[in-house]
Amino acid sequence: MAKHRLVVARPVPPAVTDRARSEFDAVLSDGADMPPDAVVQALADHKAEALFFSSNLKLNAGLIAQLPQSVRVAATCSVGFDHIDVPAARARGLVVTNTPEVLTDCTADLAFMLLLCACRRAWEHTEVMRAGWRRSFGMRDMLGIQASGKTIGIVGFGRIGRAVAQRARGFNMRVLYTDTARVAPELEQGAAFVPTLRELLPRCPIISLHAPGGAATDKLMNAETIGLLPRGAVLVNAARGSLVDEDALIDALQSGQLAAAGLDVFRKEPDFDTRLAALPNVFLTPHMGSATTETRNAMGFRALDNIEAVLAGNPAIDPLWS
Amino acid sequence: MTKPILLVTRRLPPAVEDRCARDYEARLNSTDAPVTGADILARAEGASAVLCCPAERLDASVIRALPDTVRVIGTFSVGFDHIDLAAARERGIAVVHTPNVLSVATAECAMLLILAAARRAGEGERLVRSGQWKGWAPTQLLGTGVSGRRLGIFGMGRIGRELVSMARGFGMAVHYRDQVRLPPEMEQGATFHDSDDSFLPVCDVLSLHAPGGEATRHWLNAERIARLPRGAVVANAARGTLIDDDALIAALQSGQVAAAGLDVYNNEPNVAPGLLALENVVLLPHLGSNTVETRDAMGYLVLDGIDAVLAGRAAGNLVG
Repeated sequence: MAKHRLVVARPVPPAVTDRARSEFDAVLSDGADMPPDAVVQALADHKAEALFFSSNLKLNAGLIAQLPQSVRVAATCSVGFDHIDVPAARARGLVVTNTPEVLTDCTADLAFMLLLCACRRAWEHTEVMRAGWRRSFGMRDMLGIQASGKTIGIVGFGRIGRAVAQRARGFNMRVLYTDTARVAPELEQGAAFVPTLRELLPRCPIISLHAPGGAATDKLMNAETIGLLPRGAVLVNAARGSLVDEDALIDALQSGQLAAAGLDVFRKEPDFDTRLAALPNVFLTPHMGSATTETRNAMGFRALDNIEAVLAGNPAIDPLWS
Repeated sequence: MTKPILLVTRRLPPAVEDRCARDYEARLNSTDAPVTGADILARAEGASAVLCCPAERLDASVIRALPDTVRVIGTFSVGFDHIDLAAARERGIAVVHTPNVLSVATAECAMLLILAAARRAGEGERLVRSGQWKGWAPTQLLGTGVSGRRLGIFGMGRIGRELVSMARGFGMAVHYRDQVRLPPEMEQGATFHDSDDSFLPVCDVLSLHAPGGEATRHWLNAERIARLPRGAVVANAARGTLIDDDALIAALQSGQVAAAGLDVYNNEPNVAPGLLALENVVLLPHLGSNTVETRDAMGYLVLDGIDAVLAGRAAGNLVG
């Protein structure tokens, strides 16, 4: 039987490339991301049935309208799908899938790393070392915040939020969470549901965001909500940059309302607000929540699994809608 | 009743100084200027107690010259190498310190180093701050996962045991190497190894928590590093002397060790230049215990000990 025809629109890890080659008649991007017109051209030239892409390619209504009729499934190698126009894709009859679950632990690990690095002022301290450690510290200099034993508020108690809660328990932290609804008690593992963000924030010296992006959560953390946190709180965001009003965040980090923040995501990436990079009390990473070899392989495999399922006439494993 | 005089050699956290001032006629060091033995003697007239820090050497000559009023020395540290205990004993001066209260903060520091090294946080941070970040890419700065991996703890004292519960939250399988096995109820499911031969090959992540000194000097040497799984992650928040720097640097360059997170060093603060030049390290300046909470707890504990000695009660944190 002939192999199914696939276009992979951006470079992927070697193990994923190997599998795409062996199981598909695949056209692979040549070391660089394909721009949208090149994607359309490659799909047409190759009479492709499937598109493998990720968040750099905006699958908007315009692009969807240009997709050749041969394309039946588009698999984004990401858990987020704010780069996809879902109504337009549905109207076109395109199946679109993402890669949930496989990056849960990896992202939770990074969120917790940011939490510890922010609390313990890791950026300032690593800079001291890079300057050759030419200072001695008194007993009250450069003190950090101990995370252990504190209350953590988790905003968005999906898979990643719950995985962060599990890590927090190892630090004897009290876990509070808010979400659109309370989760099943067996998923709470002792975490306490707080119905609204406004009730949650005043109780949380540490807050970690794990909500999806999109209009409903845009600037969830703004001057007013940041002001509801206890003074000197620590904010962690490894979810979506759109969740935070960065002007308000910068003000709060400068005023001391926030003692520190750990950020893996920004409103604009990669052209983030460089005022953040001038602050000492932030720990910044370049959207690397899922950046381990194992996880990136697993994400790529999951995207390929979804494509194979759909092209074999089976339901998608991770459809964006059903 | 007049309060006893307490000489405090350096600035301490505000909450601790507040308690000093509440309970004592406290002689504080408002400028936090470094202090010599002679400075201590010059300010000790009439003092009942001296609260010192590890940077000050209270050798036999200083202790013999202290006024007769001094009945207790408290040090704002776990270690007491800087105090001549024999001289203190001769003069009937009690010495109290701050054991145990640093364990959680130090274990947190170790977990931070493990995560930051494994996930290449130093490189990621520098990329963002440099303004050279070109955007997300599937193959950018791929690190090593921590969840589901095996953590080897060398030295299962209080800090090592705190790290066990933290690591379990990350789904790590914990192994440990020590001289004797812990009672099973203290193991929290960790697997004991009575030899390096069985221990080293299971350490996807190796975290050091043994004491310093000659017995453990350069324990992590080239020969032991070679027996770790290739691409292991190494963390050290214990004592710099546990590691042979040259061997670690070579392994970080060859890829035998994927990344290292270090808070302590041989010859602090003169860190081996080879370490400072590497990308795949996360280096901290010996901050193990430096949280507000821990520094406050250290201050309260040492004051508890001073209070007890001056009141004629038994101090729980007496040295020796």
